[in-house]
Formats: sequence, C-alpha cells, structure tokens
Amino acid sequence: MTALTAAEITGEQPYAELGLSEDEYQRIVATLGRKPSPPELAMYSVMWSEHCSYKSSKVHLRQFGDLPGRERMLAGIGENAGVVDVGGGLAVTFKVESHNHPSFVEPYQGAATGVGGIIRDILAMGARPIAVMDSLRFGEVDAPDTARVLPGVVAGVGGYGNCMGLPNIGGEIGFDPTYAGNPLVNALCVGVLPAERVQTASASGAGNAVILFGAKTGRDGIGGVSVLASATFGALTSESGAAPARRPSVQVGDPFTEKVVTECSLELFDRGLVVGIQDLGGAGLTCALSETAAKAGNGMDVDLDRVPLREASMAPEEVLVSESQERMLAIVEPAQVMEVLNVCARWGVLATVIASVTDGAGDSGENGGRLVVRWHGEKVVDLPPASLVEDGPVYERPMQRRAPLPDRELPRPTDLRAELLSLIASPDVCSRRWVTEQYDRYVLGNTVLAMPDDAGVLRLDEETNVGVAMALDGPARFAALDPYTGAKLALAEACRNVAATGAVPVAVTDCLNFGSPEDPEVMWSFAEACRGLADGCRELGIPVTGGNVSFYNGTGDTAILPTPVVGVLGLFDDVTRRTPSAFQAEGEVLLLLGETRDEFGGSVWAWNAHRHLGGAPPAVDLKAEQELAEVLVAGSRDGMLSSAHDLSDGGLAVALVESCLQGHRGARIVLPEGADPFVALFSESAGRALVSVPRSEELRFSDMCEARDLPWTRIGVVEAEDGPLELQDVLSVPLDELRRAYEDTLPNIFGGDAVTHN
Amino acid sequence: MAARIGVVTFPGSLDDRDALRAVRLAGGDPVPLWHGDEDLLGVDAVVLPGGFSYGDYLRAGAIARFSPVVRGIVEAAGRGLPVLGICNGFQVLCEAHLLPGALTRNAGRHFICRDQWLRVENTDSAWTSSFEPGGEVLIPVKHGEGRYVASAETLAELEGDGRVAFRYLAGNPNASLNDIAGVTSADGRIVGLMPHPEHAIESLTGPSEDGLGLFVSVLQTLTGVPEAVSA
Repeated sequence: MTALTAAEITGEQPYAELGLSEDEYQRIVATLGRKPSPPELAMYSVMWSEHCSYKSSKVHLRQFGDLPGRERMLAGIGENAGVVDVGGGLAVTFKVESHNHPSFVEPYQGAATGVGGIIRDILAMGARPIAVMDSLRFGEVDAPDTARVLPGVVAGVGGYGNCMGLPNIGGEIGFDPTYAGNPLVNALCVGVLPAERVQTASASGAGNAVILFGAKTGRDGIGGVSVLASATFGALTSESGAAPARRPSVQVGDPFTEKVVTECSLELFDRGLVVGIQDLGGAGLTCALSETAAKAGNGMDVDLDRVPLREASMAPEEVLVSESQERMLAIVEPAQVMEVLNVCARWGVLATVIASVTDGAGDSGENGGRLVVRWHGEKVVDLPPASLVEDGPVYERPMQRRAPLPDRELPRPTDLRAELLSLIASPDVCSRRWVTEQYDRYVLGNTVLAMPDDAGVLRLDEETNVGVAMALDGPARFAALDPYTGAKLALAEACRNVAATGAVPVAVTDCLNFGSPEDPEVMWSFAEACRGLADGCRELGIPVTGGNVSFYNGTGDTAILPTPVVGVLGLFDDVTRRTPSAFQAEGEVLLLLGETRDEFGGSVWAWNAHRHLGGAPPAVDLKAEQELAEVLVAGSRDGMLSSAHDLSDGGLAVALVESCLQGHRGARIVLPEGADPFVALFSESAGRALVSVPRSEELRFSDMCEARDLPWTRIGVVEAEDGPLELQDVLSVPLDELRRAYEDTLPNIFGGDAVTHN
Repeated sequence: MAARIGVVTFPGSLDDRDALRAVRLAGGDPVPLWHGDEDLLGVDAVVLPGGFSYGDYLRAGAIARFSPVVRGIVEAAGRGLPVLGICNGFQVLCEAHLLPGALTRNAGRHFICRDQWLRVENTDSAWTSSFEPGGEVLIPVKHGEGRYVASAETLAELEGDGRVAFRYLAGNPNASLNDIAGVTSADGRIVGLMPHPEHAIESLTGPSEDGLGLFVSVLQTLTGVPEAVSA
C-alpha cells in the first residue's frame, strides 16, 4: 500500500465495540477524509476515550488553569506531573492518579501497575522518585469480596513500591457499600530533581531519533483505557462475570524492570543525553508517540516492526495500543544515539530506535508533520498527531442538581465510654497497621514522618535539612452530602494535615473519582466538586499542579460516593522541626485549637452508630483553616509544640486516642464548663487540631493564638507513660483496652500476623 | 585514615545508598562496588545491602551469588575479609554458603515492616564487638522472606558455638527458628541479619541510632580498638 485511500478501507467498522460513538466515528472520517485503517481506528478509540481525552471533564477542569500561587511552578497541568521550585536549586514533582477498574478485575496487578504508572509520570519529569502514598476505598470491610480485593490491593501497592525501593509514607483507606464492585486505588508519587533539569515530553528537532526502552511489548493491557476505564462494569456482562472476562485488559507489572529503567533514565537525564522523554502508560505507544509529536508540532515516521515484542503474532493495532508496563520513549539527537544505547545496555535495559522525528513545517516531504506508522513495509497509519491529542470530542454533559440526602434526628448515646470504644474499632477509624506494615517506610533513609502521623515528611537534603510534607485526603461522605463543600473540606483536611507536621502548604494535586458522566446527577456532583476545589485553592492562594479524573465508578447501577481525593504538598525549611502526632511527655498541656460546633452530618459517628448518611457536612471556613495552619507552622518553627494532630474522622475522641496510643501515654481531660461531652468528643467540625505544649511554652503559644484570633481551649494534660485516657466525670479507659479496640479490627478480619501490642 | 568499606550495588539493590550513608556516619570511608566487577578495589570490609537483587527471580539471592563481585567476595572472605549481609545481602550470603541456613517466606505470608527489638547475643564478631553482651537494640525489619531455617544439627552448632548474633525480642515477626535474626560465620568475620541497621542510624529518620553499632564495630575491628562504646 503506498497510501491509505478511501477505496481500500470499506465495510462496517467496529467503532462501537471500541467505545466510540457514531458521532465520534464520523468525526474521525471527516478528519482523515476517508475511513480509518484498523490501527488508526484503534488509536482514535484509545486517545478519544474518557480516560485519555477528559472529554466530559475538560470544560470543568479549565477552572484550575488560572489559580494563584503559580510563581513556584516550573510545570503544571498538561505535563506528566506538576513541578514546584522548592529553592536551593531543587524542585519537587508530585501527582496522584487512579487505577480503580483494573484493581477490581485483578487486585494485585491492578494496584501494582497503578503505583508503577505514577512512578513513571514522575520519572518523565526528570525526577528521581522518592516516595509513594495511596488512597484506597473498598466495600464494607466484612463483605465477602472485600476479603479478595483488599488484601490483593494492599499486597500490590506494597509489592511494587517495596521492590522499587520507594518508601510509602502515608495515605488513607475508607469503606462504603458503593465501592463493593468498584474499589478505588489512587496512587501518588513524589520525586525530586535539580530545578534546571525539568524534562519535557516533546519530540522536537526533525531528524532526531525516537528510542523505546524498557520492557518488551506484549498483549497485556490492550484497550485498558477504553474498555476498563471508560465504561461502567456490569453494562456488558453480568456483574459476576465481568471481572474474569476482562482480565486480559489488565497490565502486568515488573518492579525490578521499573527499577533498572528508573536508574537508566536518571543517568540519561544526568548526562543530558535526551531532548524529550515520555512514559508509556494508558494508550501505550499511541499516546506517547502522538503526544510528543503534537507538543512539538512535529510528525514521526515510525517503523513499528522494530518494536520488540513478547509475542510475534501481534497485529499492528495491538502493538500501538498495548499498555505493557515499564516502557519509556526518549527523543535523542542522532549524535547521542549510540551513547544512549550504551547506557541502556549497562543497566541491562532493552533499547531500540523505532522512529524519527519529521518536520512539522513540511521540510520532510509529504509525510512531514504527520504521524506515519509502517508495518511489514506498508503504511498503516497516516494522520495528524494533533488530531489524536487535541481534536478529541469535548462534551458539556447535561447536569441535574442532586436532591439532598434527607437528615433525621439521631438518638445520642449516654454511655460515651462504650461509644468511644466502638468508634475507634470501626473500620473507618481503626488502626491501619495491618496495611501499613506491608509497606517499606524506611528505604532511602529520608523518611522523617510516615503513617500514622498526619502527613508523610521527607528530607530532601542532608546538609540543609530542607524537606517536604505530603498528605492525601478524600472525605467522600462529606462530598456525598454536598460535593462543593466536600471538595473544599478535602482540600482543608489535606492542608491541615500538612500544617500539623509544621510544613507550609504550597501546591495541590487531585484525583476526582466519580460515577458515570452520562448520569446528569453524577455530572452535577463532579462539576460542583471542581468548583469547590477551584474556589478553595483560590481562597488559600495555592495552585492545582495536575491530577486525574476517573469516571464510570460504580457498583451495578449505583455510583460510588463522589470521591474527590486531594493531595497537598508542604514545604519545610528544616525537617528537624517536624511535629509528630504522638504525645511526648507527661505534664505537657493539651490545647484544642479551633471552634467545635454540633456538626454530625456525614460523620463517622452517624455512620458507625446509625448507618446514617444525611444532612449537611461540617461548615468549611478556609480563612480559619489558614490561621490554624499558620499557628501550627509557627509553633513548629519556634519549637513551641511537642505534638499536633489534626481533628477529622471521629473528632476529638479519635485524635486523643491516637496521640495517646502513639506516644504510649495517657491524658487527663477536663472539658470547658457547659460543654456537651458528646459533641465535644465526636463532632467533626473542621478547622481544628489537638496540640501538646510544654508548660514553659503555654503562655507564649496561647498569646500567639490570641494575636491571630484563633480560638483555643485548654482541655487537659498528658498523663504518665501507659496511664489511662481519662475524661473527668465522663469516662476513663486504660491504654491497653484502647489499644486492643483500635488495633484488632483489621487483623481479626483479614488474619495474618497477630499484632504485637508494644 | 578511615577504613574503606565497600557497599555492593546489584541491579535491584535498594538500600545501597543507605548503607553508604551508615558507613559515612560511623566514620568510615564508603566505597560503592558494582555487581559486575570482581575487583573489590582494595576495600577493608564489604556490605551486601538490602533490596531485590536481580528482581529476586528464582529465589531471593539465588542469582546474585553467581555475580562477579560475589565471586570476589567469597575469595576474599576466605582470607578473613569482614562481610556484612543485610536482608537480601543475608540471603545472598546463605545462597553463597558463606553462612549456614536459609531464609524462607514469612509465616504470616506478608511483607512486614516494623520497628523490632533485638537482643545482641554475640559481641565477639567483627560487626558486633562494640555492643554490650545481651544488649537490647531497636532496629527496623522489612522483608517478605526472612524466616530463618536450618537443620537441627546446624541450629545446635550455631547455638553451641555462640554464633547467633541477634535474636528477635517481643514478638518474632516471621517465625524464624529459635527467634534467630542474624548469625555469624565460624571465624566471626561474616555476619548476616534480616533487620536493617542502616535504617537506625539517625533519630530523625529511624526508631533509634542502635544500628550504627555494627558499622562502628567493624571500624574498631579494623583499626584494632577493643573496648565497647555503644550498647
């Protein structure tokens, strides 16, 4: 075939099976002026899928484009990950991304490749990955399928990160029936790089070579983005049959290969051997080739026969859309090609020149500026690369305000001791140790704080002790009650967690997990969450640097709770000033910062005690959050704080229990006169933290709160080692009893190691 | 002049930089060694760090033992070169028959990462001489295959000769026989242990600074300083 012409491609084409609508198909025909070849059709189907094109979310995500605080940003939305200048010649890149659908089909590999994928995004910015985090959601903790999904997902997250040598420094886990057939696996990676070494995913320079390096290409993950991530399970097959039938769409990960690909890539960056770099993730080669070409306004001439294959019988469309893991694409000047191949060989990494860049201005002949793919001597693809990347459909999906979930009067408990023990044993609150003990938190030797502290804290430089903090939060029940406020509360909580450790919040990444965008109520929730997050960032003066949208999450006909997960990056001048959440010393004074109101909508208590989700979420006041954050940061800088713990799920009660257990110390609490002990203990009002200060600092610290108009209440003192948690005239519980209630829930359900109560 | 301590990097080594840092903080001169080079660059001692050498394909440590650098180490160990194997490094030393026994899958089946109390049982080896006999130390473990097993005869020999270097306290994380966390060679020059002393060298980033003791020990052994300095 010398050229692809209309006459040669005839007959019905399977666009619907590939997830394209009739309109979208006609648009492809119009773009090409002919019917697409099978490989072209496959390429459009993956690039115009919801997952890759953001066709339903784009119009709402635009709000994130002009947020304040972007002075520090060296790269932002549209890049593989946002990059933030942290001073001293260093930059940090971070991003969270979903791998939800594959993790239901095959929990271990789905979760593992979710971690692998986000690591490559960070690597593609030119950074050394230095830590991972994960935000997970499952069906009810004791549901039969949770026993399949949760252990597999946890082992997958751990298996990949541990073998890659990346510390897992925190995250969160939640449970709700709506996630039963659709768990959420959101993985975050942080990387560090010299500020001047930010890489671009651009195929600049006609005549440059395009080198594919890393793993061979196989049949795994064919159509992952279009088949798995862009349709609701159960639509095509029965729910029970859906998972196994789609297993071939799940990628298989090999962290050892990723480790050597990482070291190899870093050497290429260090030595300045590449002019552009892109990871291969969703939509595989198609995405990497077309995005790098489109970004530079250039074309590519691809010799697809050169791609190393695991299976020789693969068709060209399979090679083009395979999502085989652990692959990178480098754009290299001709003079450096040999050296790049040598570096790859030294690391034992397979590397192959598969294409050359052609001039978008037309100096490369008739194919210049076009993405041309040859296979067995025939031209099988000939299209403008930008048509895959930029010309995809954009939808303004219909929206319908969702009726508020009705509230009702919930009977309040009289036995607060029993309520406390029940709450701390509940799946939403209980110790995550069964999970986090499966993650290496120590590797690389720079982990200053990790779970169960409020945020992960990493040292970036051993000389200066400059560092970062990172927190990940997604209060889905609040978002279910009011997606606008819920998204703001997610942002507020992540900022508060970062500030509690003593870091200044500076930038945001987000993973927006929702049901089907074709459901007008889901679309409304999504739009409201975007608006809430954008408004929240504007009020706090911090930018969204990048993120990810995951639609079509649901169980049967029921959409998941709207789950906007927000990651916040914080900066430390000196990580030795970090504030832990554990109580440190007997006799230190406990102060509750912020204002407590009677707020139980969407609370853990309402769900745990009454299986009730209704009413309004807690009020959010970002100005008050900012004041709280400033006090927490100043308290850390000036050495006034011994501990700080943010108040969120389960309110003051849970914060007290956690700080006691982590510090192996009790506490004696006296509530202010007239306070309702139930509200004081369990309300989930936002904008609050529990801090302990040495007596010598009490006055200085409370004066600072006064000066900044931050409400504060002296509520007690830290008790002796292994002393009880005592709330005067209300309850007293020995630490051992608290520890059993808090620690035993997950081991009792999922088995494995008995937890050592030490 | 500080003693030169080599740290081997295999493809898939993960804690190599941490081990280099530990050598430096203990006062030694850290020397990176590459798996493909049999030449040990004249170092005075060698550390095989944690990780998943060669992806742990086949069996943990099974491929690494055939690497050129391990050939060099086996030969030098025969002449008394002090060698420390941490986690995956311990597995490599067992596979290479420089230490007896083997490491199998944790009884709990999961990878486990926790701060672990250990008792120092042997303070005569090149890597443990700076500890107090019977001292208790807090050092992280993190592994999926750390259950120490050996034949009854081997165990009896190890116990009888005082070659158990470290024993788990307050809970055995993997069901190792006799709670064994680490052992020494007959000549006391080689030590292998599952816990990670290189992650307990700074209070900022670890649960204690107890891990420094192993690196301080070997430096003292090499320079001939006898008395104990840390517990």
